[in-house]
Amino acid sequence: MSEQVQKESMFSTKNIKLLTDPIGKNNPITVQVLGICSALAVTAKLEPAIVMSISVMFVLGAGNVIISLLRNTIPQRIRIIVQLVIIAALVIIVDQILKAYAYQVSKQLSVFVGLIITNCIIMGRFEAFSMVNKPWPSFMDGIGNGLGYGMILVIVAFFRELFGSGTILGWEVFKTIGLYDIGYVNNGLMILPPMALIVVGVIIWVQRSKNPDLIKD
Amino acid sequence: MQEIFNIFIKSIFIDNMVFAYFLGMCSYIAVSKTVNTSVGLGAAVIFVLGITVPVDYLMNEYLLKPGALVWLDEDFAEVDLSFLSFIMFIAVIASMVQLVEMVVEKFSPALYSSLGIFLPLIAVNCAILGGSLFMQEREYQSLGEATAFALGSGIGWFLAIVGIAAIREKIHYSNVPGPLKGIGITFIITGLMGIAFMSFLGIKL
Repeated sequence: MSEQVQKESMFSTKNIKLLTDPIGKNNPITVQVLGICSALAVTAKLEPAIVMSISVMFVLGAGNVIISLLRNTIPQRIRIIVQLVIIAALVIIVDQILKAYAYQVSKQLSVFVGLIITNCIIMGRFEAFSMVNKPWPSFMDGIGNGLGYGMILVIVAFFRELFGSGTILGWEVFKTIGLYDIGYVNNGLMILPPMALIVVGVIIWVQRSKNPDLIKD
Repeated sequence: MQEIFNIFIKSIFIDNMVFAYFLGMCSYIAVSKTVNTSVGLGAAVIFVLGITVPVDYLMNEYLLKPGALVWLDEDFAEVDLSFLSFIMFIAVIASMVQLVEMVVEKFSPALYSSLGIFLPLIAVNCAILGGSLFMQEREYQSLGEATAFALGSGIGWFLAIVGIAAIREKIHYSNVPGPLKGIGITFIITGLMGIAFMSFLGIKL
């Protein structure tokens, strides 16, 4: 067992691939269609989207390692409950930290921090990856999927905040470059929930036109 | 009574789970290929929401809220267990789903064969946990209000998934651009349905 670990270096091509694949070709949101619930609701502004991505990345990375360490001791029949308890414990940690250090953001995220528990990406990665893999590759996989998830969140939030309120992270871009003076008006529709869906739809469209092998159905 | 009815209508149309909060999107996208299966899943969601939210309401009221333990002893008035609510709610949901599955299998095999396969899926459906968390956040005043909210949200979710399934069955025959086929167009249609549902926003209840 230990020889095998040493043979494969920590940053072998295979492990790096685990980290980078979910960012592009195997993105959890646009390709595997997991974890959309929370992805869409928190993207009206950039700040909560970033906080949400970091929280999910933490839960996914830590959870993957814990599950991977326990993978031989968890009884097959009750594994879902065990997984849910581990996720719930990690999410409680995140929630308490957010409430203590970033109260405003945690108010904005409201129930969606709690909903990380039922985020399908996490259950999906536990079932598909960390139940059958060693801790280090599981950690890479968790961080990679967290990054892929975060990337989509940040892209969606960037466009929604820029066109919806004319700001980026609260900094008034359009006012600074003087767009309002020549008659530009913020597109209020971008802040409303339906536009999140349409923006994600367009991202999927762009991604699939670039990688035709993703097209199925 | 009127308040309960208002909450019911509001949670179906105005605060629709799918279009306003994107809850349960994963199964919404995955299981909406045909109308038949989506009716089954929708019914199962109404059913499970209608059971878990009232149970979680009682849980919150008599166990978790700050000062909720007073019924046990006056000394517990200071105790605030609300940080445990995530783990309690998810445990209630997971065990309730298991229980419902067993009861339905025993007493109504016909219902089980149409709902059964969806029940395990529902334990990790965000709409169910979301229902309980919204119930906690909005601080409903009575068990009746919480139940009305749960049933309303379930029916709203049911309407959304049956609607999208019907549209997807039809759009199968349309000439959608290749890269947009499948989930791409489903997202955009859901967005458009959401805009349509926003017309209910003007209703004052």
